Amino acid sequence: MNARDGGQVMDLAIVGGGPAGMAAAVAAAGAGLSVVLIDAGARLGGQYFRHAPEGFHARRPGALHHGFQRYTRLSDALGARGVEIRLRHRVWAVERTTGQAPGTAPRPGAGTGSADGTGTAAGAGAEGTVVVHCLVGDRRERRETVAARRLLIATGAHDRPLPFPGWDLPGVFTAGGAQALLKGDLVVAGRNVVVAGTGPFLLPVAAGLAAAGARVAGVFEANGRFGLAPAMAAMPGKLAEAAGYGYRLARHRIPYAGRHAVIAAHGRDELTHVTVADLDRDWVPRRRRTIACDALAVGYGFVPQIELATQLGCATRADRDGTPVVSVDAGMRTSVPGVYAAGEPTGVGGAELAEVEGWIAGRTAAADLGRPVPPVPGLSRRRDRLAAFGRALQEAYPVRDGWKGWLADDTLICRCEEVPYSRIKEATALGAVDARSLKLLARPGMGWCQGRVCGYAVACLAGEDPQPPRRPIAQPVRLGDLAGDPQGEDPR
Amino acid sequence: MSDVVVIGAGVVGAACAYFAARSGLRVTVVDRGPVAAGTTGAGEGNILVSDKEPGPELELALLSNRLWRELAGLGGFEFEPKGGLVVAETAEVLEALTGLATAQADHGVEPAPVPRAELPGYEPHLTQALAGGVFYPQDAQVNPMLAAARLLERAPGARLLTGVTVTGFLRDGDRVTGVRTDKGDIPAGAVVNAAGTWSGQVAALAGLELPVLPRRGFILVTEPIAAGPDGPLIRHKVYTAAYVTDVASDSAGLSTSAVIEGTPAGTVLIGASRERVGFDRTVSIPVLERLARQAVALFPMLAERRAIRTYCGFRPYCPDHLPVIGADPRAPGLYHACGHEGAGIGLAPATGHLIAGQLTGAAPELDPIPFRPERFAA
Repeated sequence: MNARDGGQVMDLAIVGGGPAGMAAAVAAAGAGLSVVLIDAGARLGGQYFRHAPEGFHARRPGALHHGFQRYTRLSDALGARGVEIRLRHRVWAVERTTGQAPGTAPRPGAGTGSADGTGTAAGAGAEGTVVVHCLVGDRRERRETVAARRLLIATGAHDRPLPFPGWDLPGVFTAGGAQALLKGDLVVAGRNVVVAGTGPFLLPVAAGLAAAGARVAGVFEANGRFGLAPAMAAMPGKLAEAAGYGYRLARHRIPYAGRHAVIAAHGRDELTHVTVADLDRDWVPRRRRTIACDALAVGYGFVPQIELATQLGCATRADRDGTPVVSVDAGMRTSVPGVYAAGEPTGVGGAELAEVEGWIAGRTAAADLGRPVPPVPGLSRRRDRLAAFGRALQEAYPVRDGWKGWLADDTLICRCEEVPYSRIKEATALGAVDARSLKLLARPGMGWCQGRVCGYAVACLAGEDPQPPRRPIAQPVRLGDLAGDPQGEDPR
Repeated sequence: MSDVVVIGAGVVGAACAYFAARSGLRVTVVDRGPVAAGTTGAGEGNILVSDKEPGPELELALLSNRLWRELAGLGGFEFEPKGGLVVAETAEVLEALTGLATAQADHGVEPAPVPRAELPGYEPHLTQALAGGVFYPQDAQVNPMLAAARLLERAPGARLLTGVTVTGFLRDGDRVTGVRTDKGDIPAGAVVNAAGTWSGQVAALAGLELPVLPRRGFILVTEPIAAGPDGPLIRHKVYTAAYVTDVASDSAGLSTSAVIEGTPAGTVLIGASRERVGFDRTVSIPVLERLARQAVALFPMLAERRAIRTYCGFRPYCPDHLPVIGADPRAPGLYHACGHEGAGIGLAPATGHLIAGQLTGAAPELDPIPFRPERFAA
């Protein structure tokens, strides 16, 4: 069933059931809005609050999370406030219609939701409707649409890998992937694991794997080990968290080396060992050695998922590290009236910031729809402080150009389309001077994942900052489903 | 100094540069973006004779078809001479289609009528609810981005300047003597305007009116589909006869007709929509739904395949649906090579060939009068 014809128009639709989306739902429903919370997963919580299903009989479901109590509290509040929860709903597109019921509005000739829309007009001239196009279920999915007066994009972020020789071997995981396996499925990526990349996220990954019984042969941080120390001094909570991980690594005798990276992975059919090198400031390898391992968890930060925002024409900006993120005002309003964003899509900053932004966004949406919302002193200040910490994080853990020197001619840059580095170089010689023309001439990013995995690397290789994603179809959709509009010939 | 500056590094500009350079001219190509980043990078790579009625555009298409086969010998890009299959849903449409084919056959096209019962021999997965079709062996498909890049690469001595925006023209009286750009002036003996959908704006920089306007089209792309034991699932370029009338239509509203083909990468491309909405890139889900519906109607097995992405582009169209090719008498030294609507990939080599001939004073291979730039002047 495609429900574009149909059902009720909710006050607020939230895409993404992680910390930001859950908090926003609680806040908005608490202020009297009808709220629908949509998530692709089988359970709420997103990446941070990811947990095993009840059937797994985890003895202590919170053991892998220091934030599990927060999750339980939010989860209970969602139930108490009557938030409609739609799980296993993958959103493949969002549309905005102005001033008319969904499905009947003619599309204006030009400039729908253009990036130059007024920034704070959400309260006034925004009596449009947002239609969220979902695919429900796993294999035999069906189409469904959700209509709402307001939309919050709380879609989180995904891993940002860098390619290197052997990164496509079985046994090589993204850091987030290894963490998700552990938290969601209670599966340990390997018996003898190496963790590498950059950023503080490597620490909980290593600590979690060690606690679950893996031997962690080392954590290799490509930047300096203490890059974040200055910013932490001002954040006692973060300092304590880091100290806690430091203690756990020490207890498991896990070596933690700065200015080191895994620059190649080896093995015939699966991973058997990795080459670790110490790096200079630009990440150019110096001495190398090999370490035997059966799993590698590697991550170089995160990419905010903003394609739904760019579908609607929301203005974006380059974050401190050049990553495109959604521009928002102090109330988390995007440039498109009626559309809000919270969490990683507005700038990578972690779960705590995401949750605060969710509270703010839910409250703003309620206020914009005329509900009385009592002030919460300090909420904005807390957001500012956490966001500043997020920016400090990006500055302390940048990606340096030296990684390009790790590549061999046959290293796959795009795994979906099997594009080796040599083809990228060839396309550059033919006149591809940006990521899009590299894609047109050599096909990186044209496959299943639409550049989610290789997009950052391809932009770096093109010598530019990553551009806002253009993914009008955010999830693969069966042509039969796309064709199957129950209304027959579309009246629009 | 350059003999000629070509504005636009799309497939038409690349073909102009290639043939001009092959004629011994010193060529500079400028583009505000990278190679093939405009309409060339947003199409399907059609090289069609099948969709053209007898007339000047068909002459151009036939010349181009021959030239593409020669250019394919350069290598370095995919060229598939796989033929096109045009199908008709009803007996009435089939009659119109075979009528067109008969007329085309008198002008160098080699159509082969395909009775209903023989359609599965051409396309085993085609719906059975068809009246028949016509096969056009001359139709072909090319990877237009790589083709443009390779033509520029193989143009002897040609200089390619990407990321350079033309801001005006150098003039000596009416005469055009080069271009002004954001990176400095480039004097030249002649300038070719091959800026595609943006050619009207370039002409305006010379104070000239050239009515080239955008006609938006979406293409749906499926997941890669592995070839079966007897070849790819979709073997030819397949489209419904309605496409021919859509191409020629003057309607500003949305028109769609199924145009379906496989690519060497295994993906299936599904077109074609046409609407006049300016340069608006906002995705229209109803258009995608219509394209999917028509594709599934033609190839029912596609219902289970997934669309993984979509893209849109802007065809450069002129009021009379003919391209603009040749010297502009209003500004001596300025040549136009633009306005090919949805046929720019197919018509590029003949266009480049005609332009190079005019630049060097060679006798034209076909009558260029119908394409003259000043034909729109009141």
